[in-house]
Amino acid sequence: MRDMRYADALHAALLDEMRRDDSVVVFGEDVGVYGGVFKVTRGLQAEFGDSRVRDTPIAEQAIAGMAIGAAMVGLKPVAEIMYVDFLPLTLDQLINQASIMHYVWAGQVTLPFVLRTQGGAGTGGGAQHSKSLEAIVAHVPGLKVVMPATPADAKGLLTAAIRDPNPVIFIEHKALYNTRGPVPDGEHVVPIGPAAIARPGTDATIVANSRMVLESLEAAGELAAEGISAEVIDARTPRPLDTATILASVQKTNRAVVVNEGWRTGGLGAEISALIAEEAFDFLDAPVARLGGLDRPIPYSEPLEAEVLPDAARIAAAVRKLL
Amino acid sequence: MRVVRLIEEGLVERFREGRIRGPIHTCDGQEAVGIGVTAVLERQDLITSTHRGHAHFIGKGLDPGRVLAEIFGKETGYCRGRAGHMLIASAEHGLLGGSAIVGGALPIAIGQALGFQVQGSDRVVVPFFGDGAAHIGMFHEALNIAGLWKLPVVFVCEHNEYGLTVHARHQSPVEDIAVRAEGYGMPGIKVDGNDAVAVYRAAADAVAGARRGEGPTLIEAKTYRMTGFSTSDQGGYQPEKEMAAWRSRDPIRRLRRALAKALAKGRLDALDGEAGETVAQAFAYAEDSPLPPAEEAYAEEFAPPRGPHA
Repeated sequence: MRDMRYADALHAALLDEMRRDDSVVVFGEDVGVYGGVFKVTRGLQAEFGDSRVRDTPIAEQAIAGMAIGAAMVGLKPVAEIMYVDFLPLTLDQLINQASIMHYVWAGQVTLPFVLRTQGGAGTGGGAQHSKSLEAIVAHVPGLKVVMPATPADAKGLLTAAIRDPNPVIFIEHKALYNTRGPVPDGEHVVPIGPAAIARPGTDATIVANSRMVLESLEAAGELAAEGISAEVIDARTPRPLDTATILASVQKTNRAVVVNEGWRTGGLGAEISALIAEEAFDFLDAPVARLGGLDRPIPYSEPLEAEVLPDAARIAAAVRKLL
Repeated sequence: MRVVRLIEEGLVERFREGRIRGPIHTCDGQEAVGIGVTAVLERQDLITSTHRGHAHFIGKGLDPGRVLAEIFGKETGYCRGRAGHMLIASAEHGLLGGSAIVGGALPIAIGQALGFQVQGSDRVVVPFFGDGAAHIGMFHEALNIAGLWKLPVVFVCEHNEYGLTVHARHQSPVEDIAVRAEGYGMPGIKVDGNDAVAVYRAAADAVAGARRGEGPTLIEAKTYRMTGFSTSDQGGYQPEKEMAAWRSRDPIRRLRRALAKALAKGRLDALDGEAGETVAQAFAYAEDSPLPPAEEAYAEEFAPPRGPHA
């Protein structure tokens, strides 16, 4: 085990996979000479050259389309979309092209590419650099969507994503890049699909992902001091979603709080809440509580931005209300 | 070209009889472009196609029976009936693939070419698209990058005068799309798209250059869509005089006249007869093929993993 920053764990996964497999290539805006605006791709062009690591023009539709085309002919592209707020520019390629090909072409091609991006608020990025848009892509059959919360998962899930034969939208969180945690040495693969139990508990289940896992763990710590045992599930793969782990937890605790940083209406929390209501209704001792981002653009000013986001205090309050 | 024309005539007839789902977009009058260009390509070269792709499919060597089976939604179609006539793909023939989002395959085509460049392969990619696609943003992004990186791509614009019902003069300030090539640092070639031999020669030069690593070319083939946008088109916007002028330049009749000088007497009639027989057999195969069982709708969402060390 090594204590690593989240950003360094991502870098380690890229470095290891590029050394292991010549078909892994990296391209996107500012990823080459500069090493990425969050420095996740630093040094890669120096080691692997400017054929395998390319700076692209500012052209998100082309970046997404090139990932599809290059994957189709045998490369394993890891393309970068600098902010998830720019992901809407790629949606034709993802929704009308990448997501349909395996199924509609009856398995004739596989598309082993990763679209790395990062989202989330908390750093004053404003309404075009702070969003959480995972629900838009998680809505689409044929796309996998992955959101690591810890450095270990950052490395293990990115490694799995690069090796996966399907399109993977890999959404990092800008406020997590400097967080630290233990990462296993050597090859570390975390399968895409299973959720993680970030903290076991018996009185209530908190289902979260990405940075909201950290807020949920903080809330669980506060609650523990009050004698309340909250279980925190890290639903780190919004698609495919690990429904079994979520339902098993709710069947044990009989209470559920669902937390997601994205807009509450039509968000991932709505999907998970509906799942629990449909599949575990008889086990519930209280209605499912759903926390999400306020249905507004993300405002810039600090008190405004903080107000629109779920946080540990609100999560803890939601759990208390269920008991 | 004759096979393509006969396939489309047969499809339109069957659509009118209510025997095919969805609209059919014919390339009636444009056959020389798809056939002339694909005649240059090797099997391992890739093409991307459009909603108007029958000439591309046949030119790239797909079996007409399996193409028609796909259009009839049959289990024996290239995509087991899941694609329909606008989205057909055949990996073994280098058709990857059909796309009905106008211009949507252009970024994918440059990605395929990027793959070949990184792999050091001499394979070439030919995306086909219409003049309508030359006005979308993805066209700009794709040609800019292809020119910048000297990717092995030959962009083939089938300029058929209309984007759905709107004439090109209402869609572009310039008459020729080929002039845009200069802004992307690649040659722009204008060719008579109703002359199969001229198309072949232009494509041969461009493909050879791309194969040698000299970068992309934009070929603009001037042609005309003799029938409407699709079987759903109610017409009324293509002036009769304009259509008559283009009808006299029918690419099949022109190629026939050219070949008549080179081939033995009777040979052309024999070839036409063979084409008719091929198409009749293809329709029979497609119509006799079984539909997929409804359970196939539940086919896997994702490709299965290739193991932990894939």
